[in-house]
Amino acid sequence: MAVRTIEYAHELLKAEEMRQAVQALTDRDEQLTVEDAYQIQLEAVNVKLAQGKKVIGKKVGLTSAAMQKMLNVNEPDYGHLLDDMRVANGATVKADSMISPKIEAEIGFVLAEDLVGPNITYLDVVMATKYVVPTLEIIDSRVEDWKIKLIDTVADNGSSAKVVVGDKYTALDGVDLRTAGMSLFKNNELLATGAGAAALGHPAHAVAWLANKLHEFGITLKKDELILPGALSGAVPVAAGDTIEAKFGALGSVTVHFE
Amino acid sequence: MTLLTNKNKEIIEYLYTAERDVREVIKVTDEYLELTVKDAYELQHGLLARKLAEAGTKTVGVKLGLTSKAKQEMMGVNEAIYGYLHSDMLAFEWEAVCYSELIHPKVEPEIAFLLGKDLQGENVTEEDVLEATQYVAPALEVIDSRYKDFRFTLVDVVADNCSSAKFVVGSKWISPSTLDLGNVGMVMSKNGEVAQTGSSAAVLGHPATAIAWAVNELGARGKGLKKGDIILSGAITEAIAFKPGDSVIANFEGLGSVSMYCK
Repeated sequence: MAVRTIEYAHELLKAEEMRQAVQALTDRDEQLTVEDAYQIQLEAVNVKLAQGKKVIGKKVGLTSAAMQKMLNVNEPDYGHLLDDMRVANGATVKADSMISPKIEAEIGFVLAEDLVGPNITYLDVVMATKYVVPTLEIIDSRVEDWKIKLIDTVADNGSSAKVVVGDKYTALDGVDLRTAGMSLFKNNELLATGAGAAALGHPAHAVAWLANKLHEFGITLKKDELILPGALSGAVPVAAGDTIEAKFGALGSVTVHFE
Repeated sequence: MTLLTNKNKEIIEYLYTAERDVREVIKVTDEYLELTVKDAYELQHGLLARKLAEAGTKTVGVKLGLTSKAKQEMMGVNEAIYGYLHSDMLAFEWEAVCYSELIHPKVEPEIAFLLGKDLQGENVTEEDVLEATQYVAPALEVIDSRYKDFRFTLVDVVADNCSSAKFVVGSKWISPSTLDLGNVGMVMSKNGEVAQTGSSAAVLGHPATAIAWAVNELGARGKGLKKGDIILSGAITEAIAFKPGDSVIANFEGLGSVSMYCK
């Protein structure tokens, strides 16, 4: 198995580099388990670390009831965020640097202290949170036509591509993370709305899930890491020429352009 | 002492299995008349250790009970009580509470305090409590005495971890300095109808007073509260019973709301 894990990791890395999607792993290999998929993801991350890239945080995916139903799963998944994925607020991203990009808005968390599973509750997460920040996550699939099952997206680093981080950091005093609202605009047209509760009931609950899940792999959520707890609405496809803005009310907004 | 230890083990097993098997039992003092409040806290501690070992949970804080004059008079006592909260008692606004896991549950509205600093001592004041508190939030505590008909003495209820079962915390967390916690109005509704109203003043005059009392009690036993702990400061009104299909929401002046649904 170990050999094939490495093989798949390199295949997905090459697909990302060449911007050429590959056939879903689950279409070719029925033996693959979710555990194998996380090993493939770790393998690919290790290759990037060896190239000098750094982990800046984690993302939780499949946190909405709709997405879980679509992939027929009952738990979220996660991926790694690396420093070369970070995009400044208001910056321009080349659409053709990705295969089939989509975008979604999330309430990013920055921790004031490490969170070590197991038994982390969302109360622990809120207490350990330094601040929250508006983010846009650009997702992309290295799998043909986004025809993914849970195993495929886990192996593909949670389909992550880039993260745009807003400029306003807010401490949680007085913030209601369940009702924190979000409006997503494409070229000034309102496309979607949502609130914090869309991410597993409470975005901090998704972070708690992550801390406990990572514990199974001997990984700790670190102080100052950026954590994306899941989308507040469905993902929106983007193309060159688009400007995307997510407005989070009192928490601020975040924008990105595509060319 | 050895005799007491054996007896303690027996009582702990009795209460532990009652909760695990969702079964009401005859109160402990019917058989053990001689138990003191001090013994009861030892039993509570033993019960906690048993649960932590069995379920792999962790302690997340404490809850206060008998914090209203009315309840204290009813029980013929003049002080409050405390019990421990475990991670598996945490329930969520976004997941239903299962009636089948409970015996005869009731719910009561409280203000939750979340500590930004450790808090330990024997001369802790209301000001110290507020100073150590990072956030306050609205909470609902589900109580579920393991005793038949909710009938018990002070010793019984302390041994039974103060009837604690579940708790739900609202999602708006604010600094305690931003409002007068001594007089926060609260309206609790069940299925849209007002069930209880009250003010946080019902909690020993001020919830922080109740917490200072509990911290000093813990301090006298060489224990304390830790940064990150949650404290349920005591019921603002009497508890109300609920059944499958019921929704309960408590709205707090300036603090937002907290809700639960039972299935």
